[in-house]
Amino acid sequence: MHRFLFQITLIIYAISSIGFIVQILTLRKDVERVCMWFLTIGFATHTVAIGLRWIAEGHPPLVNLHESFSFLAWAMVGVFLLLQLGYKIKSLGAFLAPLATMAMGASSIQPARLIPLPPALKSLWLPVHASISLLAEAIFALAFCLSIMYLLQERQIKKKRLRGIFKRLPSLDTLDIMNERCLKIGFPLLTLGIITGSIWAEEAWGSYWSWDPKETWSLITWFLYAALLHQRLTVGWRGRRAAIMTIVAFATLVFTYLGASFLLSGAHSYATWFE
Amino acid sequence: MRPGSNKPRIILLGVNHKTAPVEIRERLALKDIEPSPLELFSNLSCCEEAVFLSTCNRVEILASSKNHEDAADTIKRLWLEKGGLSTVDLSKSIYSYKDRQAIRHVFRVASSLDSMVVGEPQILGQLKEAYRMASKAGSSGLILNRLMHKAFSVAKRVRTETRIASQAVSISYAAVELAKKIFGDLSGKKVLLIGAGEMAELAAQHLLTNGVDKIIVANRTLERAVELARSLNGAAISLDEIEDAMIEADIVISSTGAPGIIVKKEQIKKILRPRRHRLLFLIDIAVPRDIDPAINDIDNVYLYDIDELKDVVEENKAEREKEAQKAERMVEAEVIKFISWMDTLDVVPIIQKLQEKAERVRLQEMARSQKRLGELTQRQRDALEILTKSITNKILHDPVVCLRKGLPENERDQVLAITCKLFGIDDGNNNK
Repeated sequence: MHRFLFQITLIIYAISSIGFIVQILTLRKDVERVCMWFLTIGFATHTVAIGLRWIAEGHPPLVNLHESFSFLAWAMVGVFLLLQLGYKIKSLGAFLAPLATMAMGASSIQPARLIPLPPALKSLWLPVHASISLLAEAIFALAFCLSIMYLLQERQIKKKRLRGIFKRLPSLDTLDIMNERCLKIGFPLLTLGIITGSIWAEEAWGSYWSWDPKETWSLITWFLYAALLHQRLTVGWRGRRAAIMTIVAFATLVFTYLGASFLLSGAHSYATWFE
Repeated sequence: MRPGSNKPRIILLGVNHKTAPVEIRERLALKDIEPSPLELFSNLSCCEEAVFLSTCNRVEILASSKNHEDAADTIKRLWLEKGGLSTVDLSKSIYSYKDRQAIRHVFRVASSLDSMVVGEPQILGQLKEAYRMASKAGSSGLILNRLMHKAFSVAKRVRTETRIASQAVSISYAAVELAKKIFGDLSGKKVLLIGAGEMAELAAQHLLTNGVDKIIVANRTLERAVELARSLNGAAISLDEIEDAMIEADIVISSTGAPGIIVKKEQIKKILRPRRHRLLFLIDIAVPRDIDPAINDIDNVYLYDIDELKDVVEENKAEREKEAQKAERMVEAEVIKFISWMDTLDVVPIIQKLQEKAERVRLQEMARSQKRLGELTQRQRDALEILTKSITNKILHDPVVCLRKGLPENERDQVLAITCKLFGIDDGNNNK
């Protein structure tokens, strides 16, 4: 049942992604409304799918890549929907929904079979560490989308080509302020994710920090976001430079998340642990 | 032109934002000079009528003159002398137009085709005010009255029948739209106006209604800055203080008449840090430009000049040019009409004299024949009256129609001269 719901969710996400892109091209209000409904329904089926999988497995489904990708997509859509309650950032859907759909697609091509939890991972810290880290990633994904939008809009205004996408994107300040808020929420979560991870590592392997590649890259990512936050708060960095930095930091984050799992071997590599 | 023709000429002398820097325009505006420029020029013997127009962007003298080929030079000499500019060579700055060109210029100015911001609406009001002053002082007469009224009606036509006028309004609209795309919400934003021109005022008002928080006006003459600041509920500063003001400001609108760059790239670079890299939106509506175009290369700083703002609103340049052409055509048509009216001005007295002469001859001949005809009945007298009148009318009919119809430019002077000669009438010039 949870697999079926998972597939349904993927399809719904894909449809709403296309819808959001159509919306940004045609600026039709009704399309936007329909997409929001679709995405909300998708989020609901996704939530149920994750819940059912949790029951079936007997532990939070945050263990392998299939599950973490799925959770990431869920968190991204969740954060987006939450955001829509407070700030209506038009056209964000056209960037975020496809990204969430991609995460969902990545999840769907991973082996999805249920797995018994290895003893090393049996701990309360597993769901805490994984969910906090993934939530941080979802928020940074949002910041990444906002940065892309910022750069697009910034180019339009700078180059004085004010047709097409210019009318569809929100104002520079709005994008920048939202970006900063994402950073201010995402950064503490990332920090918390690393701390809880370290505590869990101590419990499981007897050492808080063992410099495995994922840990090292997490630290690098953390430093990048820390630098960005620092520059924003002290010097007043903003706009284009901050947006580029956000994109670079997110790329590092994605590498930490994926590269460390696939390319580099270590305690975190989902790939080797559960084969 | 016949030698010593009685035909009135229209003369226009002036400087505008394109031809002269603000310092010269201000001196030529002859502010606070006694007697007033209007009196000054209308008292000249070569000047039959005069209208004096002075705005932020232009100073012009419009005059009509008879019999004086060198009227333009006389006016110019007096003007420069009173402006304290006799020693300066302003032959490039001051434009001087006569007749057709002068009429066209007046119409174009009234229609806002010659404005810094084409289509800006204030100029018509200023021209009306100038005319009101002239008619109050009694310095405008038959010709300038008609010229002014025609100018107003051309302007009205251009405004209603082309989309030229909507352009100026749309420029401040575009400025607001862009500001919104940069800042989102305009509340709490500060605007700095450099230069207190009409267009800047219009844009500032537009920004105010869109929620802008505070307006600071910087101007070369503090007096004008204070005046504008009061009407916009803002603060006034002098031009030296703009650097500090730019640290605070989010939107800068520059519209001075200065000949060179006022805001330099280094200045902006210097204030980036104190501004904490806040976005800065600069609008340069001055011609020539006030703000160094290279400033647009700085991160988080956006500079738009007037043409670029126009591009924001107008879908394409071709359309805009089409509208401008349409307006120019309307102006041209009115110029031709006005010229032909002017032409009738010296035809009318000749026709009158022709008719007077015929009537005089008729009456004389009637009186002479009276004796020979002897006693006539009333009916016979009436018939005779009708007979003689219709003979003179019939004879004069063709020449009068010919004159009235308007003659080709190259022939008309000659034809008028011949008419006078043939009929032995005095054309009003060879008297005494």
